Amino acid sequence: MEKLLDVENVSISFIQYTKGLNQRDLKVISDLTLDISEGEILAVLGSSGSGKSLLAHAIFGILPENANLNGNIKYKGKILSQEDKEELRGKDIVLVPQSVNFLDPLMKISDQAIGHVESDEEKKAKKQKQREIFEHYNLGPEVDDMYPFQLSGGMARRVLVSTALLSNPKLVVADEPTPGLDEKTVQETLNHFKHMKEDGIGVLLITHDIHAALEVADRIGIFYSGYVIEIALKDDFTGEGENLLHPYTKALFKALPANGFEIIKGHQPLHGEIPKGCPYYDRCEMRFDRCKEERPELLDLGKKKVRCFKYEEGVQDGT
Amino acid sequence: MELKATNISFKYPSAKKYLLKDINLELDNKKIIGLIGDSGSGKSTLCKILSGYVTKYEGSVTFDGQPLPKKGFKPVQLIYQHPEKVMNPKWKMKQVLEESWDVTDDALAEFGIQKSWLTRFPQELSGGELQRFSVLRSLNPNTKFLIADEMTTMLDAITQAQILDSVLKIVKKRKMGFLLVSHDMPLVETICDEKIYLKDINGV
Repeated sequence: MEKLLDVENVSISFIQYTKGLNQRDLKVISDLTLDISEGEILAVLGSSGSGKSLLAHAIFGILPENANLNGNIKYKGKILSQEDKEELRGKDIVLVPQSVNFLDPLMKISDQAIGHVESDEEKKAKKQKQREIFEHYNLGPEVDDMYPFQLSGGMARRVLVSTALLSNPKLVVADEPTPGLDEKTVQETLNHFKHMKEDGIGVLLITHDIHAALEVADRIGIFYSGYVIEIALKDDFTGEGENLLHPYTKALFKALPANGFEIIKGHQPLHGEIPKGCPYYDRCEMRFDRCKEERPELLDLGKKKVRCFKYEEGVQDGT
Repeated sequence: MELKATNISFKYPSAKKYLLKDINLELDNKKIIGLIGDSGSGKSTLCKILSGYVTKYEGSVTFDGQPLPKKGFKPVQLIYQHPEKVMNPKWKMKQVLEESWDVTDDALAEFGIQKSWLTRFPQELSGGELQRFSVLRSLNPNTKFLIADEMTTMLDAITQAQILDSVLKIVKKRKMGFLLVSHDMPLVETICDEKIYLKDINGV
């Protein structure tokens, strides 16, 4: 399986005005590292408002002007410049946005799915392709002439998914595709991603919904206070969570209603509150002295990764 | 204590069909009830009717035999899914809280709210932090019944467990009524004494 996307030590900060002409640099993402291969679904799991959508914006080069992006984003091994991103987006790499609010409310569905065309022939060819894919997603010809406000939640989701697939992408980035949908539509949406995976497409699923992540993802990246603190295999989220590595991931798993509803104290440090050492130091049960002063790097354990000093000597079975 | 809905029917002015039809519901503070339904089935509208936000409906809602007050503090409080939508963006969090009641330090600690957050604006806090405020704000001493409409859907599992634990402690202590609206079955099974499916009581 060829590697599609590498996100290496990406950080994103914003310049904000505080009072008068005073500026401050607000770091929203501190260190985000992950990778996706062909035919793989990787979920990035983070709480709402944690800034994980910015990752999608960074990949597509659509961050606002006052944002500072550091680190590398590679596609098939090549570091992407802003120009590369503009070239690839909408072709090799596509976005499934959060809601129909991302569609043009005054444009018919079919026209915006096809997008800009140079000639009548091109339009005809694209229109045919669009019809085929829409049909595949159970969207009848009547949908072509509808406006976004006429779509139901489930239909809108199918329109967004099928529009994304029009360009035969290699990589699909889905930003919070499940909130506000009922169970049936969520299931249907998740099935779309499973089908993409079967077709060899890589999927980056950005979500706060742990159930959705566990349902479709092969690996799950846990996002905490601006850091990726662990990338775990889906199968690690079983039993008592004994195969999960980071103490936060374990706690998260055990806090699920079905797994005991266990409570740990504290909250994720917000921007500006993040301690000098490990971002999880204040809540950690197994912390060392050095965790207070030193920030752990993301340890590469093959498919899995974890940001914790405890595993520097490697992972022993059963820990 | 009893929150009672009698023959509630509701339709949007522009719609032909009723969204809710002849719903009868009796809720008390002895059992915690979970209300379950698909999105678009009218769960949230029913919550708004029960808490007095929507007033144009057929039927009646009474609390302890009295109609819900039109003015002043409402004994039935509703908590939504999106805390950022129910707070004045130009107020600092202290003002947002004090709009409802003078919150004690104990209560702040119980909900894990840091003192430093009180001087922040809503957009400077994350969804989980805001929801702590939103819930605490609704727990005015005059609140008798709490309706949580997908209150923790946007939150991570740990924050969800923390907030619900704090709420349930207070609900029990003050002998309040509590209705949990959610599509998360394991959550409903964990917290609620009984389940109600909206489709079973809705006569549309």
